[in-house]
Parts: sequence; structure tokens; C-alpha cells
Amino acid sequence: METIEILQNAWFFIIGFLFIGYAVLDGFDLGIAVLMPALAKKNSERQQVMDAIWPFWDGNEVWIITAGASLFAAFPHTYATVFSGFYLALMLVLFALIFRAVSMEFWYYDEKRKNIWSWAFVVGSLVPSILYGVALGNLLVGIPIDASMNYGGTFFTLLRPYPLVIGILGLAAILLQGATYAAHKTDGVVQERAQMLVNRILALYAVALVLSFIVTVIYLPQTLSRFPVWIAAIVTVGALSGVYMWSKNGFDRKAFMSSSLAFIGLWGIVGTTMYPNLARSTVNEAFNLTIYNSSSTQITLTAMSIIALIGMPVVILYSFYVYRIFKGKVSIKQ
Amino acid sequence: MDAVLLSRIQFGLAAGFHFIFPPLTLGLTLIIVIFESMFYKTNEELYKSISSFFIKILALIFALGVATGIVLEFSFGTNWAEYSRMVGDIFGAPLAAEGIFAFFLESVFLGVLLFGRKKVSRGFYLFATIMVFLGAHLSALWILIANSWMQTPAGFVMEGGRAVMSDFFAAIFNPSTFVRFFHVVVAAWITGTLFTAGVSAWYLLKDRHVEQSKKVIKVSMAIFISMAILQFVSGHIHSVQVTQLQPEKMAAFEALWETTKGAPMSVIGIPIADEQKTYFEIKIPKLLSLLAHFDPNAEVKGLNAFPRDEWPPVMLPYFSYHIMIGLGTLFALMAIIGGVLMARRKLISTRWFLWALVLAIPLPHLANQFGWIAAEVGRQPWAVYRVLKTSAAASIVVPAGQILFTLIMFFAIFTLLLVLFIFILLKLIEKGPQTGDEAGY
Repeated sequence: METIEILQNAWFFIIGFLFIGYAVLDGFDLGIAVLMPALAKKNSERQQVMDAIWPFWDGNEVWIITAGASLFAAFPHTYATVFSGFYLALMLVLFALIFRAVSMEFWYYDEKRKNIWSWAFVVGSLVPSILYGVALGNLLVGIPIDASMNYGGTFFTLLRPYPLVIGILGLAAILLQGATYAAHKTDGVVQERAQMLVNRILALYAVALVLSFIVTVIYLPQTLSRFPVWIAAIVTVGALSGVYMWSKNGFDRKAFMSSSLAFIGLWGIVGTTMYPNLARSTVNEAFNLTIYNSSSTQITLTAMSIIALIGMPVVILYSFYVYRIFKGKVSIKQ
Repeated sequence: MDAVLLSRIQFGLAAGFHFIFPPLTLGLTLIIVIFESMFYKTNEELYKSISSFFIKILALIFALGVATGIVLEFSFGTNWAEYSRMVGDIFGAPLAAEGIFAFFLESVFLGVLLFGRKKVSRGFYLFATIMVFLGAHLSALWILIANSWMQTPAGFVMEGGRAVMSDFFAAIFNPSTFVRFFHVVVAAWITGTLFTAGVSAWYLLKDRHVEQSKKVIKVSMAIFISMAILQFVSGHIHSVQVTQLQPEKMAAFEALWETTKGAPMSVIGIPIADEQKTYFEIKIPKLLSLLAHFDPNAEVKGLNAFPRDEWPPVMLPYFSYHIMIGLGTLFALMAIIGGVLMARRKLISTRWFLWALVLAIPLPHLANQFGWIAAEVGRQPWAVYRVLKTSAAASIVVPAGQILFTLIMFFAIFTLLLVLFIFILLKLIEKGPQTGDEAGY
């Protein structure tokens, strides 16, 4: 392998790592927000739910910002094609994320409109939780990319059966992150509700997995012959049974860890299905955007690698440390 | 309507709205570090209540900054896909570095500031405030590196129509990076300290939180005074740099049509580009040559030295630049008066000046916005100066109708956010610094 190819492969993994970091960490605060109506009935309970994520959600959201910027820096053509092609869908995500970001502050201070901001928090989290999966499903099954790397579809091209099923799967994974996190991080009635929700979400997750398998057999049969995909799938299913077992026996922290592992497994399936593609073309396989034809140059990838190798271990270290500061359960404020 | 124009308006709107928040963040984190250090040294509740008060305000500002900042990062891909293809090899790296080196730091430790007061030692809490300060400023540095590269690109070669990196350090430390960072950070500290000075002036006028306000106003004014004076130095260096490296931009700022020896500085006027004439103009002879080249008779390039289709618009940069300088002069004046009052120990008893401080709170924002408009509109018609035209930088596949729709949405959302931001900010100010357990959420 030439140096540039090693770097292109390395960045496939680094960006995958950043998206996994986002999915696992922001996954739990998106999920808990979507589940808010089921978890909390009173304002004191809503406060408890928000307190469980308040110190972390800002930092968690930085993972998607860094992942997006890294995609821009390492694979600018993929970034350009996908972001412009998914224009309206991404704008919906942005509108939702804006409301989600401000809704907690506004909920806290804007006494008269607490209800509105509580719903902005829920809907602002639900929209991206579904659309992320839909977007990823489109990259997996392929989108109309032409010879000049431009997207030839419309908004409705994005809403085909395969991506919609992956959207449901992504939502299930995010909800499970939220429910297991709530069970682990809260106490009292909110915790009980969260524990009840885990089983229902696991059922949804299982249905989504079966559906994903079916649409994969129909639309992406070549995936089934890829051996590593099966390993990742086994990790996911195994981790989900772990969630079931641990949640049933009251090991909420382990259930959350297991849910996170299941999410990593899902990303493993995505990665092993895609490699070395970043976006499939339905027009012609030759027009696929790959880590080789859409990347930056060797100088840029080298500089970026140094930045990531110096920076990310430090980020992980202090993030871990700050999570430890806020360990323990969050209760209703007296 | 034209898709490129709509994308420009949308990006301008999003960046302009976003740019309300980061300068306040930079200035506020400075004030927070100072008062948290005082609390660490003296263990006096008074300093803690001040620090906690501004941390609450910081949280609100930060939430809005994040919500609007993510729009900008997505916009390069959604609206400026061709830009991303042509210069992504260079432009993406500082954005990614910003995430890794700065934004994580700022966000993670902000969590500690907001919720960790009782969970960590005073020393670690002070450390966390310094990390947030550092993260915010590093964030500004990387974003301004990216912006500076659009103004004075360096460290690249053209390969098949794409700009590709040839020298990483030459690209990030391009000729306008440091002076722009200097200029913007000073502006941000002016914005932040005039905000904290104005708020405490309000309390003093209303005879509330007097003990805290006396401390805050002194520290804020000391920084404001030095920064308002320093901004003349940084502004001057920046102007010299623009004259040398983007001469048509400076010609537009000054509405200098013909290349002139002993060029005058335009104080006020109405420049009409199509007639190449400035109406009702008041000029100071030879001053532009003197300032730009340290020689009153030096030659300064006029707009006619450049092809007509490479001119920036003239009127908007001209007015923006002049309003910015006017406001900067006003700040310097306020700094001098404030300095004299402080030296005579009359700052707190001079009510008209306290009122002036309150009323001046929004003015640095105007100066920031106009300075930024001057810099970016003055860069036109280029997205990247003399490398890539803005007209060639927009996404090809996004229909104008969709951009119009999202533009209207952004306008509505940002208006709503601005109203709510001011409403909650006033509420927080109304409540004021609290002592004891009231601090924090």
C-alpha cells in the first residue's frame, strides 16, 4: 500500500470513530430527549431528566461538528456531494438542532412558555434521530451520483424503503441509548419508567433489525457475502441480548454499556458494508465516491493525522475525567 | 432568483447572527477567569457571586453560539459544494482542528463551570474556567485562520483546477492570520468588557448589587480602556496589510478611484461606483498615503488599476468600514473619559457616564458586524482572493427555490431566537448576582 492509501484508510477509521463517538454519546442525550414525554410527567421530573444530560450534551454535540469537519478536510468531495445532495433533509436537521440547543436554556428561564420549549426539546431531538439513519441508509443503498460527482436526485429520492428502514433502526438505537442511560443515571419514578421502556424499545429494535435484514437481502444482497459484516452483526445482536439480561436484573450501567456496544456494532455493519466506498452511486458503480477518489492530498491527510493523533487522546482523557466528576445518580431537586 | 445570491444572503445572515455570540463569549470568559482567580486567592463570596453570575450568562450565549455555529459548518457543504471541492484540501483542516483542539475543550469544561461548583475543588474550578477561556480563544484562532486563508491564500498550488496544500504552516499562518486574530480578539474583549461594564453601571444607577458592581466596573473599564486604545494599533496594522495584499479592497474602503500619489483619506461621502465619483466627500489630504506607507507622498492604488469585473462593490464596504472606524473612535473617546474619571476616583459617582456605558452595550456589536461586512464584501467577487470566484463556489445541484425557502426559515428562526435571547438576558440581569446556593441552575 502506498502512503496516501494508508492515510486514506486511516481517515476512514478516524471518521468512523468520530461518528461512533457522536452516536454513543449524543445518542443518549438525543434519546432521553425523545423519550421525555414517556419519562417525565411533571416539571420536577423534566428537570431531573435534563439534569441527567445537562453537563454533557454540549460536549457530546461537538463530536458531530468534528466528524463533519473531518469529513470536509479528509474527503471534501464526499462532503460536498452528500451535503449539497441532501440539502433539504440536512436543513431540517439544522432547524431541529437549533431548537434543541436553545430549548433547554429557554425551558429553564421562560416560565410562561415551558410547555412549548419542552416540546421543542422533544421534536428537535426526534427529527435528527430519524433523519441521521435515513441519510446513512441512502449512502448504503446508493444515490444517483453522476460522472461529475453531483447528486441527481430530489428530496423524495431520499425517502425510499431501504433508507426509511435504516431510519427506524437508527431511531431505535438512539432510543435505547436514551432509555438505558436514564435508567442508569436517574432514580425514583423516572428510573422505573426508563426500565419499563427498555424492553419495549428492544422489541422495536428487534423488528427494525429484521426489517433491515430483509431490505438488505432485497436491495443489497452482495453485503451478505462480506464476512466482517457478519461479525459486526453478531456483536450487535449479542450486545442487545446483554441489554435485555442486564436490564432485567437491574444492572442499569451495564445495560447502558451494552447498548453502546450494540451501537458500535451497528456502525461496524455500516463500515464493513461500505468500505472502501463513502457513498454508492446508483447510476454507475464507477461513479461511487470512495476513500480513494474523494480524498484530500497526502500533505493534508498527513497534517490532519498529526492533529488528530495529538488532539484526540487529550480530548478523550479530559472528557472521561469530566464524566467521572458527574458520576452518580441525579435526583429530583427539593 | 439567483441561487448564488440567495446562498450568499443566507450565509451572510447565518454568519452575522452567529457573530453576535462568540465575541461576547471571548470577553466574558476573560472576566470570569479574572474574578474566579480573585475568588481562588481571597476565598471571598463576593468574587464567587460575580463569577457565577457571568457564567450563567455565558451558558445562554454559548447555547446560541453552538446552535448558530453548526449551521455555518454545514453550509460549506450544503450551499458551497463547489467551494468545498476546489479548496477543501486546505479549508477543511482548520475547521477540523478547531473541533479537536478548541471546541471540545470549551464545551466539556463549560459543563464543569455550570454544574461542578460543589463537585470539584476551587483550584480545579479555576482551571476549568481557564480551559473554557483557552478553548474559546483557540476556537476563534482556527476559524480566523480559515477566514484569513480566503483573504490572503498561501501555502497551496493549483492542480487540475483545485487548490491543494503545499505547505501546511504557510497556509495556516498566512499573511493576514495574526493581524486578523489580534484585531478580532481586541474587538471581542471590547464587546465583552463594555457589556460587563454596562451591566454593572446599570446596577450602580439603580443602587443594586453595589459591592459586586464596583468591582466589576473597575476591572471591565481597565480592560476596555486599554483595548479601545490598542484597537487603533491593531486596526492600523490591519489596514496596512490590506493595502499591501488586497489593494482593491482598500481602494473600495476609501472610494479611491484613481491611483494617487499623496492619497487623501476619505472621512465621509457617498461613493457611486458606476460614475466613479464620490459625492459630498470630505477628505484629509495625504493621510491615506501616510498611514498606509508611512510617507505622505506615496502612491496608493485606486480601483481603476484593476479590471472592472474584479472590483468589489464600493458603497457597502465604504460605509461599513467608515461606520466601524467611527464607532472605534467613539470607544476610544469613552476610554479616555473613563480613564480620567477613574484616575480622579469619580467613575462611580458620574451618573451621565454610567448611563453612557449602559447605552453603549450594543455598539461594539455594530462595529463587529460592520467590520466583518467590510472584510467579506470587500473580498468580492472572490470567495478565495484571486483563486476562486464566489459565482463558481456555490452548489450546482441545489435549486434556488429550496434556498429561498430555507432562507425564509432561517430569517424567522433567527428573529425568534434574537427576541428570546434578549428577553432571557434581561431576565438574568434583572435577577443579578446571587450568593450562596442560588448560584448555578
